[in-house]
Formats: sequence, C-alpha cells, structure tokens
Amino acid sequence: MKILVMGPGCPKCEQTEKTVRDAVAEAGIAADIEKVKDFQEIAKYGIFSTPAVVIDGEVKVVGRAPSKKDVLDWLK
Amino acid sequence: MSERNDISCACGAGAPKADKNGAGLGRILLLQVLAVAAWYVLYLQLLPFANWFAYGLLGLDPASHFGAAVQFFVYDTPKVLMLLLLVVYGVGILRSFVTVNWTRSFLAGKRESAGNVMAALLGVVTPFCSCSAVPLFIGFMTAGIPLGVTFSFLIAAPMVNEIALVLLYGLLGWKIAALYFATGITIAVVAGWVMGRMRLEPYVEDWVREIRAGEAADEPRMTWKARFAYALDSVRDIVGRVWKFVVLGIAAGAAIHGYVPEGQLAVIMGGDAWWSVPLSVLLGIPMYTNAAGVIPVVEALLGKGAALGTTLAFMMSVIALSFPEMVILRKVLKPRLIAAFILVVGCGILLVGYLFNAVI
Repeated sequence: MKILVMGPGCPKCEQTEKTVRDAVAEAGIAADIEKVKDFQEIAKYGIFSTPAVVIDGEVKVVGRAPSKKDVLDWLK
Repeated sequence: MSERNDISCACGAGAPKADKNGAGLGRILLLQVLAVAAWYVLYLQLLPFANWFAYGLLGLDPASHFGAAVQFFVYDTPKVLMLLLLVVYGVGILRSFVTVNWTRSFLAGKRESAGNVMAALLGVVTPFCSCSAVPLFIGFMTAGIPLGVTFSFLIAAPMVNEIALVLLYGLLGWKIAALYFATGITIAVVAGWVMGRMRLEPYVEDWVREIRAGEAADEPRMTWKARFAYALDSVRDIVGRVWKFVVLGIAAGAAIHGYVPEGQLAVIMGGDAWWSVPLSVLLGIPMYTNAAGVIPVVEALLGKGAALGTTLAFMMSVIALSFPEMVILRKVLKPRLIAAFILVVGCGILLVGYLFNAVI
C-alpha cells in the first residue's frame, strides 16, 4: 500500500502526516508513506488545496486534516 | 442556503443508508435544533446578567468608569464568543460544500466581471490557508480561470473573513461590520478586474503555465454526519485558537470604554491629516497577524479618536497585503506581478480610507 501525504509543510500538513503514521501503526499494516512537497507533483493529482491524502492513487481527502478514524476507515 | 441544503439532505444524502444512518442523523439534527434554541435563550440573558452582575451583585455605580468597564466586559466577552461559535459552525457546514476543487470547477469558464464578483464572494467562504495559496493559484490557472478573477479570489479570501465580521459586529455594531464586508468585496472585485485589464499573464512564472494538471480530483462525497463533524472540528480549531485574542481585545476595549479620554489619537490618525491614510497603509503591510489579532487594535484606535477611514485602511492593509503571503506567492509570480498586486490593492485601500474619512 502506498500512501502520499501532500503538503508544502504547513502545521495542518505536518499534523496530517502524523495522523496517517499513527493510524498505519495502529492498524499494523505495512505501508509506504511518502510526503510530497513539490507543487507540480501535487497538481498532477488534481489537488489544489492542502493537506491532501492519496492512497494507492485514489484521492481520499483534500484541503483538510483527516481524523485518525477517517484514516483507519480508508486503510480497511 | 444552509436551510435549502438541509431539506435536500433529508431526501438525498440520507436515502441510500436510511436504515443504518437515518436514526443517527435524526438524532444529530434534533440535538442541533435544541442546541440552537438553548443558544438563543442564553444569548437573550447576557445583557440582564451583565447588568445584574456589575450593578446588583458587585454593587457598582452604572455612571462610574469602573462600573461601565466591568459591565462592558461581562456582557461582550460571552456575546462575541457565542456569536463566534454559531457563525464558525455555520460557515463550517457551508465550507464542507464549497471546497477549493468545487470553486475551481465552478469558476472555470466564467467570464470576467461576473467572474470577479463570484470569485470575491466565494473567497469569503472557501476554506483556504495561506500555505495553500500556491496550489490554489496553480489550480485556477490550469482551469483557465482569468488572472484577474483569480486575484479577486486571492484578495477577498484573507481580507473578508467570518471572524473579522463577528468581532466587528460584536464590538463596533452591524453598520461597521456591513461597511467592512461591502468595501472588502468591492476592493477584491475592482482590484481583480483592473489587474485583468493590465494583461499581466506573462509575469506568471513560466513553469506554472507549463503544468498540465489533471482533472480536479474526485473527492469521496461527504455524508451529513461527516459535514457536521467537520463543522464541529473547525469550531474547535478556530475558536480554540482565537478566544484568547477575543478576551484580551474585549478587556482592552472595556478599559478604553471606561477610562481613556477620547481624541488622543485624533492628531495622527484623524480625518484632517491627508497623510494619515497612506501612512497607516504603509505601516500595515509589514505587519502580519490575522483578523482576530488586529480587530482589538482597531477598536482601541477608534476608541482613542482615530478616524474610521484611516483605521479601516490600516486593518485592510494588515490582512490583505501581508509580506509573508507575498513571499509564498513569489514561487508562482514574477516580481512585477507582485508589485502590480500591491499597487492595485494598495490604491483600493487608500480610496476606501479617504472615502470613509470624507463621508463619516
């Protein structure tokens, strides 16, 4: 499973990355988590507001920090 | 608008999962109706309570400075915080619909003029933090939204916001709040339109124009439960962050209200000195704070005799022309375009300052 956390580095983006890491650890899944800071790369996914989370190519959330419960639901 | 959406929710979003989610959603809606009713009843008690507290319980004299200051503080603090709770929650629900991606596809294909107006109005409610300015700019450009329309959005988004509106309404009355809203939107519309006429497209960084962005991502639809949770979350986040400023600002306001002699600032920021408006704009640009931080200052300035136009100009230059935002935008805009942006918005703010000093 490949998880991308998109964000240039604002507090909400940092928070999102932490939430995703916590959720993955809690679910006990092996996932490859990557932080994407490059705007060009972010725009390629059709994402124009950060933070955003993409799991296996599917955009899960744009423009808000998800809760841990949200992330756990996506991981199922 | 939210009312209409409430109706559509009952038959739309709730339908597929009626069995599982219907009961839960009904309970949440009922709780919300009860909460709003309780809010209203409580709100009506604030003034009698403040009067009773200051003049009855503490036995202060309504005519004394101290009595007036205490009554002001005890009335205004819960009033502004309660208004903030309600407005931030309502805007939170609205924002769960008006996402940046939705705004982008809505504005795509709109012409200038009407586009400028719609962009400015959407800028008020679209969730957007300054670190999102670059992706948002790319999103608008790749959707073919005209540069001037994009700027109407970028100007209105920080300048007119719900917290500033609540604070102005709570501390200075609805007339000044309405004035701030109308002038903020007008500056965003006119400045964006002027920038559109200036043909500044070559001064967008080349790499932005070469980007081939995908279609706006399809986000999974939010359920009504998720929208309410999102609104509640934004209340926690926003009110949690700004309440300190609000209390401090009202305490300062109460002290000014009771003690400071009027007219102290009239010499520097009064309506008579022609240079006071440009000076306050120049002072405002390098300052960086959000609306919650600047409005208590605004109240203090007005209380000490500063002219309304000068003060509004100061406030708008602080929120709309912040230096850090320019640094962020520099990634996508060449210096000449940033200079044009500062110049056009600055002129708009100057005009507003002079206009209000002349009229009021």
